[in-house]
Amino acid sequence: MTSTVTREPSAGRIKPVRRRATSGHLRQERRAGWLFVAPAVIVLVVFLFAPIIMAAWVSLLDWNGQSSPFSGEAEFVGLSNYQALLTDAGLLRSDFMLSVRNTVYFVLFNVTGVVVVSFALAMAVNSYVLRGRSFFRTIFYFPAITSSVAISVLFLFLFQGAGVVNVVLSWVGIDGPTWFRDPRGVLHIVLSWFGVDAAPAALADTTMGGLSLWEWLSGPSVAMCALITLSIWASSGTFMLFFLVGLQDIPVELEEATAIDGAGAWRRFRHLTVPLMRRSIVLVITLALISSWQVFDQVFILSQGAPAKTTLTPAYISYVRSFGDGQFGVGAAVAFVLFAIIIVLTLVQRWVGRERRT
Amino acid sequence: MSGLTLRRRPDRRAARPARDAVPVVLTDRYSPLPRKVAVRVIGYGLLALGTLLYLGPFLVQVATSFKTDADAVANPVSLIPSPVSMAAWEIVAGSNPAYSVPVFRWLGNSFFVTISVTLGRLIIDSLAGYALARLRFRGRTVVFAGVVAVLAVPGVVLLIPKFLVLNELGMFDSYSGMILPLFCDAVGILLMKTAFEAVPTELDEAARIDGAGVFRTFWSVILPLVRPALVTVTILSFQGSWNEFTHFLIATSDPDLATMNLGIARLTAGGDLQGSQQFPLKLALATLSTIPIAIVYVFFSRYFMRSGSATGLK
Repeated sequence: MTSTVTREPSAGRIKPVRRRATSGHLRQERRAGWLFVAPAVIVLVVFLFAPIIMAAWVSLLDWNGQSSPFSGEAEFVGLSNYQALLTDAGLLRSDFMLSVRNTVYFVLFNVTGVVVVSFALAMAVNSYVLRGRSFFRTIFYFPAITSSVAISVLFLFLFQGAGVVNVVLSWVGIDGPTWFRDPRGVLHIVLSWFGVDAAPAALADTTMGGLSLWEWLSGPSVAMCALITLSIWASSGTFMLFFLVGLQDIPVELEEATAIDGAGAWRRFRHLTVPLMRRSIVLVITLALISSWQVFDQVFILSQGAPAKTTLTPAYISYVRSFGDGQFGVGAAVAFVLFAIIIVLTLVQRWVGRERRT
Repeated sequence: MSGLTLRRRPDRRAARPARDAVPVVLTDRYSPLPRKVAVRVIGYGLLALGTLLYLGPFLVQVATSFKTDADAVANPVSLIPSPVSMAAWEIVAGSNPAYSVPVFRWLGNSFFVTISVTLGRLIIDSLAGYALARLRFRGRTVVFAGVVAVLAVPGVVLLIPKFLVLNELGMFDSYSGMILPLFCDAVGILLMKTAFEAVPTELDEAARIDGAGVFRTFWSVILPLVRPALVTVTILSFQGSWNEFTHFLIATSDPDLATMNLGIARLTAGGDLQGSQQFPLKLALATLSTIPIAIVYVFFSRYFMRSGSATGLK
């Protein structure tokens, strides 16, 4: 009924008097409403929803990027791009599984690191006993506003074989590795200290997704550790801000009361600050998790997946397969699998976070 | 959570001294002196270490851009170039006839795209935010749900899809293809919506009674009241589009359309400067690409941080 009112001005006449007073304005408001959201809706539909649908179609094709994917020239191959990625033994699956392994370690170390570092920074710049807090805040946030490209170029220099990081390490007697050329897994290195130099038969012979368990358990490669360092360094400023917002919501009186009651600094932190900050912590973990799965820029500039494919990530495979090899169907399929991984992890993480709160 | 920060801001100056003063007094009164000193020493120690770690790399970057290639390799840590060499910056400025990098083209493209995206987002976000906060129209809930759904889509997943649509629309390798897709800004729309909702509806009604139409009410009465949110959107989109890389990577192949970031990235990963050569030049370029945003940051760091924490809305 209401829709007729908007379409036909004459329809307003048969309405009760009570509504006629507002109907002119309401009609204007309805029209204006759509007019106001139109630019946003058009942009979102054309550049977000339509691309997703197109990509879903392309992921079912063997399309090389030439001509139009809708012209029928590209062969429809059904789910075979997904099969090549997930089930068929071959180079693509082994690359993809490697990239998943790499990213799992990247996520694990990056999220842990970022939460610890940014929480520590937030505590430091929120501490009432220290002066110049806003100055330090400004410094710690600066890497977060600079571009990933500029930062990657800088880290390429810092992590050279004889670069800044290794020179500083040599001051304390550590002989640093040639970061971006070192494919050794960190866990493998640690195991070799205990005399485990080669894969135990049980781990070497059992495979998962075409990759032996020994390879799954490599830990991040040395090169990946440099990428993780970069990521923690560059993103901790932003997460520090999120923690700061949370810390400032803790009533000062509460902290004072516990201090007067004689609780030590550690106990106050453990039993007051951390529980009250749970929401912020869950938020930061969620956001860090989502962004960690998407790591691309740094890989593009710093390592291109090398050495020995230990910094390969799903996003980078998706890009290289499409634009490097002209296999857009495969690239789109990788994008969707990555999308699914992120959605599932976010849901799982939300569910865990919610359950704790109630 | 972040909504609180935004709303709290106007009275922040008034609230600040009280917040700062009270705990300092109390902490001093109830802590034994040695512990107080220890806390301060450890605290400042950590802050100093943090400053070294967070600022140091940038100092190395600037210092290295003034070094010779040999000096950069031999003394990477030293902050004093010896000898001071302007070679890298001469190439950047285009005054080296032997080797040139189209830096001015890149800078021009970056500025053009950044300004266009920022203006576009300000208009689109505030219109949509106002409509979603205030105007009653059919389908409002659907539009709102659509905007929220966008937040769940990870950006990198859209790389290939965006290329497909640009290709299909004939917008590949064009400024419009670089700019228009960046108008998608769900965070900005939600920020504006939150800001508009904080303005009392009585103002809209008063304007309406005075005979103002919907657009006039929006433009002359309500929009000036949400200036802080407009500043936030401006900063976020300036920062976001200046630093954008992946979208331009897939939207263009023409070197004439390269932005600062894209130019540097191509040069470093697979271009002339691949590998360990010419770090002073690479770092000079990286410095140059950081300068515009650093200048704005120095003056408006408070706004940057407010904007940064506002993205936690996601």
